[in-house]
Amino acid sequence: MNEQELREVVVAALTEVAPEIDGASIDPQAVLTEQLDIDSMDFLNFVVAVHEETGIEIPERDYPKLSTLDGAVVYLTNAQTRGGSERP
Amino acid sequence: MPSLGADMEFGIVLQWLVKPGDAVRRGDIVAVVDTSKAEIDVEIFEDGVIEELLVAEGTRVPVGTVLATLRTGASGPPPAPGERPLPEAPPPLQPAPAAASRPTQIAVPAGPPHRRQASPVARRAAEQLDVDLDTVTGSGPDGAIIKADVERVAAASGRSPAATPPPPSPPQPPVAAPSALPGPAVDLLSDRQAAMRQAIGALMARSKREIPHYYLENQIDMSASLDWLREENLSRSVTTRLLPSVLLLHAVALAVAATPTFNGFWLDDAFHQADGVHLGIAISLRGGGLIAPALHDADRMTLDELMAGLRDLVQRARTGRLRSSEMSDPTITVTNLGDQGVDLVHGVIYPPQVALIGFGAIRERPWARDGMIGARPVVRASLAADHRASDGHAGGRLLALIDRQLQQPEAR
Repeated sequence: MNEQELREVVVAALTEVAPEIDGASIDPQAVLTEQLDIDSMDFLNFVVAVHEETGIEIPERDYPKLSTLDGAVVYLTNAQTRGGSERP
Repeated sequence: MPSLGADMEFGIVLQWLVKPGDAVRRGDIVAVVDTSKAEIDVEIFEDGVIEELLVAEGTRVPVGTVLATLRTGASGPPPAPGERPLPEAPPPLQPAPAAASRPTQIAVPAGPPHRRQASPVARRAAEQLDVDLDTVTGSGPDGAIIKADVERVAAASGRSPAATPPPPSPPQPPVAAPSALPGPAVDLLSDRQAAMRQAIGALMARSKREIPHYYLENQIDMSASLDWLREENLSRSVTTRLLPSVLLLHAVALAVAATPTFNGFWLDDAFHQADGVHLGIAISLRGGGLIAPALHDADRMTLDELMAGLRDLVQRARTGRLRSSEMSDPTITVTNLGDQGVDLVHGVIYPPQVALIGFGAIRERPWARDGMIGARPVVRASLAADHRASDGHAGGRLLALIDRQLQQPEAR
């Protein structure tokens, strides 16, 4: 997936856990949990949704790298290029 | 109309999922009801055949209104003289002299359906007012009959003592929307918000007015639990990972099971201990408000079952539907405000429960141990409890048990 596609995946996963948000209005640099008022269960569901869509394994210690929209896209882009072994 | 939480006074029948003649089994979902908080799937409390639906879809009726009649014993051997099979509990009631297939009223499908609970005060009132408890719809937890229910039936049948409050109005004519709506143009969402605030406000005001709360707090070192959890999650795929809050719930469930004086209801001036530990999970709703449905028998769940149950409950509370038994069953509530960065919760008890356990955020703090100070992840656990039902000594024991459980994460 290219960066744009990954961004769409992330936004779609976020709107899944927070249905009332407008994906286009997410501030890409703001902390997602605060910006979207999502809790740890929502965040876990978000990570699961991203994993299921991309096949990328996201270890728990990397969760902080997904704390913003931009951060998540960068992380996923790098994870993809780190190797096909992380994809199913 | 079942009581789907102590803060509910009215409900709207949104949809019937059965029709007359349908055979139903205990636990089947027969209707969808809108409380001010959510749409709830209403479960039937015993096997039988639907005889008649008495309340039309779209109708708003008070709690306790008979929604439909159910014919029981239509198949198989007719139950003993009483029309209502009581398979598990010793029958607390005199069987009514009625034919085996006399229709019974479906009004409180909530809660474990196999038992007819009534508080001692309600029983006395029933005796005085010559009311057959079998004809009474319980609005207490687990469908238990409380005094007000007996008085309502007595009043409806003209046996009202002077002090009895007026009976709830008979089923109102069908209306398309809650009658509180001033007009069709109002914003339905904001109206629901307003109704929810009102419901929460009424219940919490009652709690603060009636319950002599006392509060205790323990600070708990979470290193052992979090170390264990980190290791455990390393070997798990993201879809099966556990949240720290699941460890907290697990510890609470076991501790509550060991100190049952906090697990149950205060009804008619007496504490009624509940049979199972049904943890009410305070779940904030997107856009405001909260709901605290039950995780049934949480003390018997594995961590994985708790995690799955919690995830399912949160999701259905926020986006889907809850079941009537989840709304009426919680025996003690747990609230975790750690995600919001809260340090300490001073809980307000959900009547008629007698305790609420709160957790703040797990934070790194200076922690003295063995003469040394180090940094440890620490959570502040609090207990708000009803002084009518318990004392601080017992409360301290409950918190200590939670602490001890969290120090032995490998022991589950």
